Amino acid sequence: MAEEPIIRLVNVSKNYDGTEALKDINLYIRKNEFLTLLGPSGCGKTTTLRIIAGFERPDSGAVFFEGKDITDLPPYKRKVNTVFQRYALFPHMNVAENIAFGLRIKKLDNKTIERKVAEVLELVNLKGFEKRSVESLSGGQQQRVAIARALVNEPEVLLLDEPLGALDLKLRKGMQIELKRIQKMLGITFVYVTHDQEEALTMSDTIVVMKDGTIQQIGTPEMIYNEPKNAFVADFIGESNIIPGRMLKDRLVYFAGHEFECVDSGFEHNEEVDVVIRPEDIKLVPMGEGMLQGEVESVTFKGVHYEMIVRSEGINWMIHSTLMEPVGSRIGLRILPQDIHIMKKVALK
Amino acid sequence: MRRTCYAYPYLVWMAIFIVVPLFLLLFYTFTVTTHEGIRLTLEHIKRIWEPLYLMVLLRSILLALICTVVCLLIGYPVALILSGKEYSQNKVLALLFVIPMWINFLVRTYAWMSLLGRNGLIDMVMEFLHLPSVQLLYTDHAVVLGMVYNFLPFMVLPIYSVLTKMDKSIIEAAQDLGADYITVLKRIIIPLSLPGVISGITMVFMPAVTTFIISRLLGGGQYILIGNLIEQQFIVVGDWHFGSAISFVLTVIILITMGIMRKYDKEYEGGAIW
Repeated sequence: MAEEPIIRLVNVSKNYDGTEALKDINLYIRKNEFLTLLGPSGCGKTTTLRIIAGFERPDSGAVFFEGKDITDLPPYKRKVNTVFQRYALFPHMNVAENIAFGLRIKKLDNKTIERKVAEVLELVNLKGFEKRSVESLSGGQQQRVAIARALVNEPEVLLLDEPLGALDLKLRKGMQIELKRIQKMLGITFVYVTHDQEEALTMSDTIVVMKDGTIQQIGTPEMIYNEPKNAFVADFIGESNIIPGRMLKDRLVYFAGHEFECVDSGFEHNEEVDVVIRPEDIKLVPMGEGMLQGEVESVTFKGVHYEMIVRSEGINWMIHSTLMEPVGSRIGLRILPQDIHIMKKVALK
Repeated sequence: MRRTCYAYPYLVWMAIFIVVPLFLLLFYTFTVTTHEGIRLTLEHIKRIWEPLYLMVLLRSILLALICTVVCLLIGYPVALILSGKEYSQNKVLALLFVIPMWINFLVRTYAWMSLLGRNGLIDMVMEFLHLPSVQLLYTDHAVVLGMVYNFLPFMVLPIYSVLTKMDKSIIEAAQDLGADYITVLKRIIIPLSLPGVISGITMVFMPAVTTFIISRLLGGGQYILIGNLIEQQFIVVGDWHFGSAISFVLTVIILITMGIMRKYDKEYEGGAIW
């Protein structure tokens, strides 16, 4: 490791009333990266964030910040700031007072505070909103104020807990780009919590996929999407066909009643595996061509592509294609070896 | 809107028990009965400005203010503790606070009499410790104590309810921005709980300023507060006109107080309880 990571979680566990929210988490966050904690609700991503912020104390394990143990440091002494899911703006203060809150505690003089507030408001495109009451703002504007209030303190790390969850789709897309711009411009480490896989793929440098309080996979968006470590990750990141199969030997797998060539090796002879195939990787070919034959059961128009369910060998295959085959037509399916992903079996919930 | 017919019973109720008595109060306040019949007058109102009555009025307001301040000083920390993490899960402590309210307040006040009185519990302890006997009952202190004891829950509950409803993430946000507990309390919790404080103050001050039972029992027969004065005028003296005039002045004072309170509290919550 060339550089000391800015945050390190070592063997962190946390229980709530007997249920394990986090099980022995090990994670490091590099300086200036955009790291996303991704997973379904209840996977422990928010708990992880709250432990970094200091709102929760881990039952065991330790948190390090720039190499120093901060496990027992209260939140107000940590060099991180949080953007909350429901913004948590102070309702009895106007926009400028909200943003200045942290600066006033640091006892900066009024001139500096005024200048910094104006600067950060410009950064989040809310110039001239100083005197507005926070309750008169729209959701998107409140979100910007919340981000400004955290950023104005120039934190080393910004923690964001599903900050775009309450916004509509269009606004969310816009804010994603803007957040990424701010992160690049200020060179701050972002730790971002979301359950939206698309959001994670768009914004992150590193994605941490979590499930049931454990980390499933850590990697770049491309790695996570193209090389999911197990069927859960594959299923969570984008849609997938997950079919039970058996590894006959290296680069040969048996599933759906046929033997398929594949590119994976290193499994035991006859090991039970999960076969993951992305819906866009199954090609529709005329009847008789391709390994599998089936009948189109349903067609849904999705905008860019059609989503078709094709029944073949007792399995419903989800297929994404820009070409449409009508319901009831019999067609062939072709799957290329490099599009067949073999994974060790895990229990899917 | 045919539904409005459901409101009639309440309108009748309010007319008989609120509107009519208020008009009767106004009638007695501003009239006098002589041989020639009934005529309008301000003499009853003027009589209140006699030093004797004015002193009673001022003392009532002073004692009620002291009681309100003491209730606030005790009640706010109690509400804060009750709404805190440790107790919000189990409501036992909050319940303990409410249970005394289920007992008739006369009974509770009599209990204080036997605690404070000559040969009462406190007196006996003092005697046992060979300390000089102290006169507790029939003093200002006893009256304030009785009022604080009886009205404290009215201060605690509205503050408690505002504090428990407060969004915890706002407090976390303040801590996150570098505020220690004292700063969070000063800048966030107290300002945001003001509506509860204001309804608490109203709910304590009003019964305190009008009480006559507590002052009679704990202050003794010679102890006169404005409530006792009104009671006396109606029941002992039989001067309904002067009794009404004092009630009228008291009502005006309370209305003014409420008006001032309302100014400081845009989202008025306590008013509905009255």
